[in-house]
Amino acid sequence: MSYSLEIPESVNSFPKIRSTNGFLEWISTVDHKLIGIMYLWSALFFLIIGFAEAMLMRIQLAQPQNSFLTPEAYNQIFTMHGTTMIFLVLTPMLIGFATYLLPLMIGANEMAYPRLNAFSFWMFFFGGLLLYFSFLAGGAPNVGWFSYAPLSEKFYSITPGVDYWAMSILIMGIGTIGAGLNFVVTTLTMRAPGLSLTKLPLFVWMVFVNAFLILAAFPVLNAGLVMILIDRLLNAHFFLAATGGSAVIWQHVFWTFGHPEVYILALPAFGIASEVIPVFSRKPIFGYEFVAASTVAIALLSFGVWAHHMFAVGLGTTFNAFFAASSMLIAVPTGVKIFNWIATMWGGSIQFKTSMLFAMAFLIEFTIGGLSGVGFAIVPIDWRLTDTYFVVAHIHYVFIGASLFCGFAAAYYWFPKITGKMLSEKIGKLHFWVFVISFNCTFFVFHILGLLGMPRRVFTYPDLPYLGSLNMFSTISAAVLGISFLMFIWNIFYSLKYGEDAGDNPWNAWTLEWLTSSPPKPKNFNIVPFVKSRRPLWDLNHPEDPDWKRKNKK
Amino acid sequence: MNKNKLFMLVFVGSEAFFFLALIISYVYYSHPGGTLASTAKYLDFKKTLIFTLFLVSSSLTIWIADLNLKKGKRKALIGWLIATIILGIVFLFGQGSEYARLITTNVTVSQNVFGSAFFTLTGFHGIHVILGLIVLSVLTIIVMSRKFESVESTALESAAIYWHFVDVVWIVVFSVVYIGAII
Repeated sequence: MSYSLEIPESVNSFPKIRSTNGFLEWISTVDHKLIGIMYLWSALFFLIIGFAEAMLMRIQLAQPQNSFLTPEAYNQIFTMHGTTMIFLVLTPMLIGFATYLLPLMIGANEMAYPRLNAFSFWMFFFGGLLLYFSFLAGGAPNVGWFSYAPLSEKFYSITPGVDYWAMSILIMGIGTIGAGLNFVVTTLTMRAPGLSLTKLPLFVWMVFVNAFLILAAFPVLNAGLVMILIDRLLNAHFFLAATGGSAVIWQHVFWTFGHPEVYILALPAFGIASEVIPVFSRKPIFGYEFVAASTVAIALLSFGVWAHHMFAVGLGTTFNAFFAASSMLIAVPTGVKIFNWIATMWGGSIQFKTSMLFAMAFLIEFTIGGLSGVGFAIVPIDWRLTDTYFVVAHIHYVFIGASLFCGFAAAYYWFPKITGKMLSEKIGKLHFWVFVISFNCTFFVFHILGLLGMPRRVFTYPDLPYLGSLNMFSTISAAVLGISFLMFIWNIFYSLKYGEDAGDNPWNAWTLEWLTSSPPKPKNFNIVPFVKSRRPLWDLNHPEDPDWKRKNKK
Repeated sequence: MNKNKLFMLVFVGSEAFFFLALIISYVYYSHPGGTLASTAKYLDFKKTLIFTLFLVSSSLTIWIADLNLKKGKRKALIGWLIATIILGIVFLFGQGSEYARLITTNVTVSQNVFGSAFFTLTGFHGIHVILGLIVLSVLTIIVMSRKFESVESTALESAAIYWHFVDVVWIVVFSVVYIGAII
């Protein structure tokens, strides 16, 4: 006797959501492509919510002494904005692309564990809903996205907001660990014949290395989260200094996760750039080995830099000096990558498609964010600027400049593969220019505001010279930034309906995902050719001059 | 390498970081303010050592169970699996009695920071033992219902990797918490 509900296996690439079993097919699917698409839609959905929260803050800050939001509401909104953008937008966006593309790029038909894959997605999705349920359950978390103790303890934060924050991130974290496990095992066991680790596409390389970062960083966060939950729900004393605990331990635990997390959101973005830039420069990547090896160096070093978030704690000169040095050191492998990408473009016949524009802009924006980051590694500068808007400028240049710019580059690059339709280049270029200009106008002024001493996370500010006008300028730019998001969404719906057909390989790219149809059938590949080089499709299309015959030119 | 064993190895590697964070916190909290010295008198070293031996020997029995799987000896396999489960349950019983005794002497999660760290660390280890017991029970039921015929299956080997990990974590926890308290 069977208790299971029989759902017919879909024969189409996308189950129609309005058909008899369509909705059931979507929510019960274990197909990595459908799960990847659901990750991406969820990320876009939460991006709109997170942006709306940012806009509420910008309206409040448009004028000095404004009273649009109460301080209590402002605290909740900046906490939810940070948590949403990091855990509900950037993480699922990058995991979504990886879930969709990783099997395709290694010539596999599925992830190693399809059901675990579905489990990971639904843990993330319901974790996100749980976080937002806090608004109905007595108040959203209001202590910032890193919930510093003892402010996050019961005595100082009596609403259940922090409980919801910790539980939802714990749930999402378990889902993310599941995704990381799947990426590692899939990469190691499911590769096409001939595709050795040294021939992997760089996006797969970076997702693979990134999975180890996830597997080491998220459990540490989970340990911290269970400690704060036990503190709050069972009256324990972990982070309460008054009764023998230590608030500094929370900071250590959180940033031991938190700094690798920055790279968890950056490495897949680097992977995207490493796919997009060579294809649109019509040249193989410059220094494949260096790009791959520097990824490993970043991953290892990222666990030795966390205390640069804690220079203001007063841990002592030796301690600070060590973390200042390690934080500067990690800029080196990152810089290696930047030079590799520039050298890839050098002498190439560059095609200025929207995807390429986003990847090129990423190089510039991320370098700005990286430079202010190196500045923060210098302890006296950090003391001067910590908890000012300079930090806010830095994190937005890193998170948007790397993750979101590359996310858009990936969207324009792989949309044809995912849907079979090209995204409109016309709307895309408009989207790009409006986005890149309004992004810089919104966030560059934060550097100046920070230098002027404007503190972050305060709901208003006094009417001092320049503060009002700079904030007003940022608010207006942020509204334009919102328009650019609308352009992107409009482009998706417009192109799904009217876009030109993509064909299997619209960009003349070289990696295996372009071998199959667009969109791929439920079974990705019927036959995968034996992989002999890093550019299998180049070999296939140029039998007279394949890569593997040119020993000196990989 | 086999997919399932690889998965389990990577998984327990990830789990190790979770326990590492809890163990480091425990060590940190047991130093300042002399909680270490004052806690030693509450913990029952001898009894816990005996129950530790039960858990350690369960690593041996699951290894023998796996040997019997590979030889295709079904009855011996079931026997050694049940022996492993019983040893695990005895260990949990030991931990439960230690908890009950501590709580009656007023050492609780909310009593002081030692209680918080002790119950969190050993409690999460206990949850992992329970999870392992569930996995082993499911495996045993499958073998008993004759649905588990193939000697090639890596299900037991993968479960064994997890079980050994739970064992190793306990040895570290026991060394830090119990041996650390008496020396």
